Amino acid sequence: MKKLWSTMLTTLMLVAMMVPVAFAADAEAATKIDSGDTAWVLVSAAMVFIMTPGLGFFYGGMVRSKNVLSTIMQSFFIVALISVEWVLFGYSLTFSGDVSGIIGNLDKAGLAGIGVTTILDNGTIPEFAFVAFQCMFAVITPALITGAFAERIKFSAFVVFSSLWAIFIYNPMAHWVWGGGWLAKLGALDFAGGLVIHILSGVSGLVFCLMVGKRRGYGKSPIIPHNIPMIVIGATLLWFGWFGFNAGSALGANGLAASAFIVSQIAAAGATVSWVVAEWIYNGKPTLFGAASGCIAGLVAITPAAGYVTPMPALIIGLVGGVVCYFSVAVVKAKLGYDDSLDAFGVHGVGGTWGAIATGLWATTSVNEAGADGLFYGNPDLVVTQLISVVTAWVFAIVGTFILVKLIGLFMQIRVDEADEVAGVDISGHGESAYGQSIVAGHPVIGGQDVNL
Amino acid sequence: MKKLTKIDIITRPGKLEELKEALNAIGVAGMTVSQVYGCGLQKGHKEVYRGQEYAINLVPKVKVETVICEIPVEKVLEVAQKVLKTGQIGDGKIFVYNVENAVRIRTGEEGDIAIIDQK
Repeated sequence: MKKLWSTMLTTLMLVAMMVPVAFAADAEAATKIDSGDTAWVLVSAAMVFIMTPGLGFFYGGMVRSKNVLSTIMQSFFIVALISVEWVLFGYSLTFSGDVSGIIGNLDKAGLAGIGVTTILDNGTIPEFAFVAFQCMFAVITPALITGAFAERIKFSAFVVFSSLWAIFIYNPMAHWVWGGGWLAKLGALDFAGGLVIHILSGVSGLVFCLMVGKRRGYGKSPIIPHNIPMIVIGATLLWFGWFGFNAGSALGANGLAASAFIVSQIAAAGATVSWVVAEWIYNGKPTLFGAASGCIAGLVAITPAAGYVTPMPALIIGLVGGVVCYFSVAVVKAKLGYDDSLDAFGVHGVGGTWGAIATGLWATTSVNEAGADGLFYGNPDLVVTQLISVVTAWVFAIVGTFILVKLIGLFMQIRVDEADEVAGVDISGHGESAYGQSIVAGHPVIGGQDVNL
Repeated sequence: MKKLTKIDIITRPGKLEELKEALNAIGVAGMTVSQVYGCGLQKGHKEVYRGQEYAINLVPKVKVETVICEIPVEKVLEVAQKVLKTGQIGDGKIFVYNVENAVRIRTGEEGDIAIIDQK
């Protein structure tokens, strides 16, 4: 382990030395920076940032009280971990140049060559704003996976997996779709990350949870959320941040951003309603947890379509997304018996797949000239392209995650020991506990103090 | 020394305030209350999370523990039952035990004197 750290440190120093101070005096660029666009993208980046800690609360509330810290820790720490990866290699591998359609080059490693005056190619914003905005996407994607393996993974294995996954799976896929790689050339549409973010993370989560096995006691004793208000705080932060996620992907303060904003709200609302109605009919009662899950399902579904569809199709995308995701977590998961702890696959994998296909159905160039017309606008080819991109994302996530987990398993322990899992990963993995002296989730007692009541 | 008796009452959380008042009214001043989970004839309920049903068979209850010596045990049992009885499953249980000794830590007094409220 010591050797690993010293190697990493040396690499870091080398990279730091190679980074030129900054290319000042970039020749007067042809396009000018637009202050409104820049302001919106920077605000959007900050909004997308808050989604990942928000995801920590969303997931944290769903686990048992003995694992809430380790779950939030994964989402919180990954913000830092992947930000470092992003500025060192990730941004360059994704968005700098193109090596045979597969991956970017390392010309912008360490953000080399980008300075205060550098303007994004074909854009109206500083490249730094784009780096920051995309950084938050790179951060949240592996964070979503943590929902699949929650409550049973060693933190060290999580750190290694997330880093490698970001480099070898996220960066190439993001390059294929957004960085001018082969899927972009094929004409696949993914406005804000249905393929790159939700399918990729959801399916990877499914593979990981199948490989690592169920939580102890799964299916025998109730493993239920310890704090539903915390889930709702998380869902609210996600919903809020998602406006930056989808509308910010317009990369400008313009009509497209406003359109993406409103269709996001419409789909989120539609899915919240349809999820709640579905469970009301199916289970007899409408639940807050269901409402919180529904809005996320709708937001996932609209993500790839946000910049290409009009309001009414967005409503259908949301309504269908909510029901499809509800049945995938309530029925399909139970039937198949895998333990996707917090439904990373059931919501993101399934919702993302639906959204990507729906983009092929309802996309229209009347919303976005840079897009394409879908099936219902007379172009069945787009559905085929979308299906190819969906299958690609699935296969890449399955194969890539399988190899990574096998590889990591060769030199380190992935799952926590049984005793540690029983005690809870908070205390066994991090040496801290969330709720002082509590006996049972949600019922703290006054701890060891002389309290005059 | 008068005989010491411990009475445990396990019942519905919603009845706690009424029980406390009724016991205070007959002179039971000291008690220890805890939140507990239990099951008996009451088999719990179902909870549904994201469409998955879970049987929650341990039901939240309160446990009131008190040790008495001057007040007749029958009196406490009568008052407790009067307050707590709804006739439905889940009203709870009362357990009565003999207590060997008691110590008031502040003064070191032992036996009945340790629990008698001297005003």
